[in-house]
Amino acid sequence: MHLLKEITKGIIRENPVLVLLIGLCPTLAVTSRITDAVGMSIAAAFVLICSNLIISMIKDVIPKKIRIPCYIVVIATFVTLVQMFMAAYFPDLNDSLGIFIPLIVVNCIILGRAEAFAGRNGILASAADGLGMSMGFAFALLVISFVREVLGSWSIGGIPVSDGGFAPMAVMIMAPGAFVVVALILGLMNALRDRKRTCAVAGALNREITLYAASKPEALKLARADNTDPG
Amino acid sequence: MPPDLQVSVSPHIRSQETVPRIMWTVAGALVPAGLVGLYVFGWRILVVVSLSVLSCIVTEAASLRARKLPLARLRDGSAVVTGVLLAFVLPPHAAWYVPVVGGMVAIGLAKQLFGGLGHNVFNPALIGRAFLQFAFPLQLNHAEWPYLIRRPLLEIFRGDVASADAIAGATPLAVLKDAPGEVFSGGWSFWDLFSGYMPGCIGETSSVAIILGGALLIALGYVNWRLPVAYLAALVAGVLLFPVAGADGALRAGLPAIFDGTYPWQNLAVHVFSGGLMLGAFFMITDMVTSPMTSRGQVIYGVIGGIMVALIRLYGGYPEGVCYSILIANGFRPMIDRFTMPPRVFGQRDIAAGGTS
Repeated sequence: MHLLKEITKGIIRENPVLVLLIGLCPTLAVTSRITDAVGMSIAAAFVLICSNLIISMIKDVIPKKIRIPCYIVVIATFVTLVQMFMAAYFPDLNDSLGIFIPLIVVNCIILGRAEAFAGRNGILASAADGLGMSMGFAFALLVISFVREVLGSWSIGGIPVSDGGFAPMAVMIMAPGAFVVVALILGLMNALRDRKRTCAVAGALNREITLYAASKPEALKLARADNTDPG
Repeated sequence: MPPDLQVSVSPHIRSQETVPRIMWTVAGALVPAGLVGLYVFGWRILVVVSLSVLSCIVTEAASLRARKLPLARLRDGSAVVTGVLLAFVLPPHAAWYVPVVGGMVAIGLAKQLFGGLGHNVFNPALIGRAFLQFAFPLQLNHAEWPYLIRRPLLEIFRGDVASADAIAGATPLAVLKDAPGEVFSGGWSFWDLFSGYMPGCIGETSSVAIILGGALLIALGYVNWRLPVAYLAALVAGVLLFPVAGADGALRAGLPAIFDGTYPWQNLAVHVFSGGLMLGAFFMITDMVTSPMTSRGQVIYGVIGGIMVALIRLYGGYPEGVCYSILIANGFRPMIDRFTMPPRVFGQRDIAAGGTS
């Protein structure tokens, strides 16, 4: 139950991209196509889960003062593994992701989770946290890349869809399109959260009023009793 | 439009000016430029203008509804003005979806998401245009722009840019961009450039019609004359003073040529009277929401914009820079207001300056 919470929190409530606003560099850079987003998500997920696992294991033996360099060494090791694997088996994906694979080393999500979670929690909880955060990252990348690929090149995962007479909006696969889409999704998330909060407040108020109304005869009776009570 | 009543202390000065009145006046002031566009490009511009205005109104209504605001605010006319201004900076032969998407971006993204009328940082129509420039580059950047062969003035509705009556050519600014240091020889007379008979965007070609509309706004006090004058003067100064590459590729400043009488004045006429400069100077940069409050601020703001146009036209990648110049100046506006607005309550007098507060 506790582990499940560590996994689910990363998807929406503490989504690294859409709520914590970290890891925005790959989010903006590799979301012009869904296939790129999937490749980046899987690569980052592997690195994040493995580095969380290792760092939570060695957290007691590494000196506090140099913990960040130690984290970086662990992360860089896994990134190197991913890059070699990708270059060997998925050369096309490797070419299209390019510099953004080595840049996973400095991805804020991975270092952030190492510092904020894996360096302070147990092995299983850290792995669960890594899994949840990876899913949140993948979720954000997929949503953004879906919007950008459909509007920017009228295709889904490389398969063309009917454009209905529209020319594709080239701006969507360029940097400004990425900023606009990310901003709109962030705004939507905030609006939904605010509404939920308002609903929660309204619900609580409503409950109070109902309770008060239900207790009213009682309160009235008490008041009357107070009045009539000579003591 | 039911007013948003605000309870405040006296004195209460009542004015006949209302937002709807100002906006509908601006829309009216744009009519002459539209009529010249109708003559030069044919009836198709009516389709582009209607689609743009319709898209703006529908987007405004949807946004107001989503924000749970009264739909009566539509009557203030600001969406119509944005729609007309957006259409005026689009090519006459734009595909139907260009003004539609542009209107959605202008109102939805640049205006309502920032908080609606009065809260937008950037000019909505120009954000729409800038978005379209990147979204549909093939629809907005042309080597050849169509316009109609001259015909009797009475046959204003006859012909269309897609018909056999149309000819196509590069815009004067594009001709100038190709040969920046040479004397302009595009085949347009000074009167052509001034009256608007040349290829270009729908409502931007006619300087005389735009100046007419702009003069009305200045006379009514909706536009401070210092702002368009500063903008135009800064462009002229920039074009005259900045060095331009000649035919041999060497950079040459304009000032010596002015003194020895060899300056190509035709080039200056193209810079001032063609492209979107006039429309920008009288209707875009003067937008009440996105321009500074004080006269001093407006002059600084206009100069920044004018210098930007000269820089983009002379050294940038695009032949035309009015749209981006105004968006860049919009970005400077909060800073200009901060340094030029007196940090005191209006009506108060400074004791040190001799007042007796």
